[in-house]
Amino acid sequence: MTALDIRQKAWSAVLIVLFFVAWELFCLMTGMSDLVLPRPSQVFVTLFERFPVLWPHIIQTLATTMLGFVLGVALGVVLGAFIGVSKTAYDTAYPLLIGFSSIPKVAVVPIFVLWFGSGTVPAVLTALSICFFPIVVNIATGLATTEPELEDVLKALGASKFDILWNVGLPRTMPFFFASLKVAISYAFVGAVLSETVASNRGIGNVMMTASSNFNVPLVFAGLFVLAGLGVALYVVFSLIEGQVTGWATRKNDVIAT
Amino acid sequence: MRMQANSEFSGEPVPSGNAPIAIELSDASVTFGRGDRAVPALSKTTLHVSEGEFVALVGPSGCGKSTILRLVSGLVQPTTGVVIVGGREVAARAMRVGMAFQNPTMLPWMTIERNIMLPLKIVEPFRSQFRKLRKTEFRDKANALLEQVGLKGFGGRFPWQLSGGMLQRANLCRALIHEPRLLLLDEPFGALDQFTREELWSILQGLWMTHKPTVLLVTHDLREAGFLASRICVMSARPGRILDDSHVGFARPRTVAMTFEPDFVALNQKLRAMIVDARSAVQEGAA
Repeated sequence: MTALDIRQKAWSAVLIVLFFVAWELFCLMTGMSDLVLPRPSQVFVTLFERFPVLWPHIIQTLATTMLGFVLGVALGVVLGAFIGVSKTAYDTAYPLLIGFSSIPKVAVVPIFVLWFGSGTVPAVLTALSICFFPIVVNIATGLATTEPELEDVLKALGASKFDILWNVGLPRTMPFFFASLKVAISYAFVGAVLSETVASNRGIGNVMMTASSNFNVPLVFAGLFVLAGLGVALYVVFSLIEGQVTGWATRKNDVIAT
Repeated sequence: MRMQANSEFSGEPVPSGNAPIAIELSDASVTFGRGDRAVPALSKTTLHVSEGEFVALVGPSGCGKSTILRLVSGLVQPTTGVVIVGGREVAARAMRVGMAFQNPTMLPWMTIERNIMLPLKIVEPFRSQFRKLRKTEFRDKANALLEQVGLKGFGGRFPWQLSGGMLQRANLCRALIHEPRLLLLDEPFGALDQFTREELWSILQGLWMTHKPTVLLVTHDLREAGFLASRICVMSARPGRILDDSHVGFARPRTVAMTFEPDFVALNQKLRAMIVDARSAVQEGAA
């Protein structure tokens, strides 16, 4: 890590601290009621005190998110590979995909509830349906941009479509794939919480819903903080994996920089 | 060095002697599309290439030179006529020909060594041994080729660490690693500067003289054709056909200095005149 990177990270940390300090001061100076906007210090205290109660809900939300994410990625990779290998399939399927992706996912939750009842299943399905789209697009685009000359070289060697996909197409999509994983995990998280908020009796989304109807506003905000923390953590995990697996796509910049 | 000019270069088609036929195009034509939008790319063409020959295809741009390569490699099926490669009709496409294009298309996530070994992952009998031998025999094979093209010690580098000329040498290695009997080159040196290009001519000549594959080379560069080829076919403008088929008998190994001697220059000018004619014929036709 260079000195520049460290300074950059230090400034990010300073900005986060400043944000909370400004929030705290704003509430103190305006005498804001904690029914409207609790101070961050109150929220952290609530978070700490209620943590044993929140914990199972955190696990629930994480589990539904991950399950929806894994299923969404699997579906996205298969679908993306399928439409990415053929230009015709790509052009044909694209309008339908755009149609699906434009549906606000909050609108499909009632349908999932109708089919499967409230609880974990609709949350997983919502997470799945919201996160598979960026995967499909990125895999398909990565595959569609394989150099035609290289494809000719391999076909002339008698390579099958699968050989080309396995040795060239899929490795080439890896940077696209991992970039889309970062987006997809955040989406899956949003989907799971969304569904929990509407139709579940477990999970952080449900906790926040219940707390707000009891006017326990600090607990609502504590839920928000948990969500933000989890979202950042998941993003970081997938960024690290991305860096490990697809270093070749960014290594060029390192060489120029050093 | 004294050049041994061969009287045959002056135009007569040369019978292919006793060597077995490697490539046989009989009245093969190619038309892309159908009906009103049909574009003829290659008129009925007959071409016989003997095993171990180095044939250059030259001609105005868009004349179907690359189409012939695609026909021979089995990437395109002839609309009419027959294409026989290595005694088999190409429809089977189990030819395992080595190919190289102007764009070296090395995969950026693999070292040069592993890039060169890519065909071994696809072509039998290497394919089934790949896991076992990739760290030993196959790797040595790749490095032996790299040494031959002057890239000794570069096997562990990544493609972005190499210059354009070096990548093109690696590209030749990749085309040859599986010991193909047939090497198809589509303007492999088109994007290189003059000096690098001349250097690579000698390297390619060396590779050809050691491995002796049959080579079909598509090029715009008449000096390149004269330097490398044992036979040059001149093609007409689109839809292409072969206008002239001449033997090039200069002694090997040829040197860049030879390309400035009178016999070589005469051959060059003759070829150039034919291509200029072919181009102007089209322009008159269009007018």
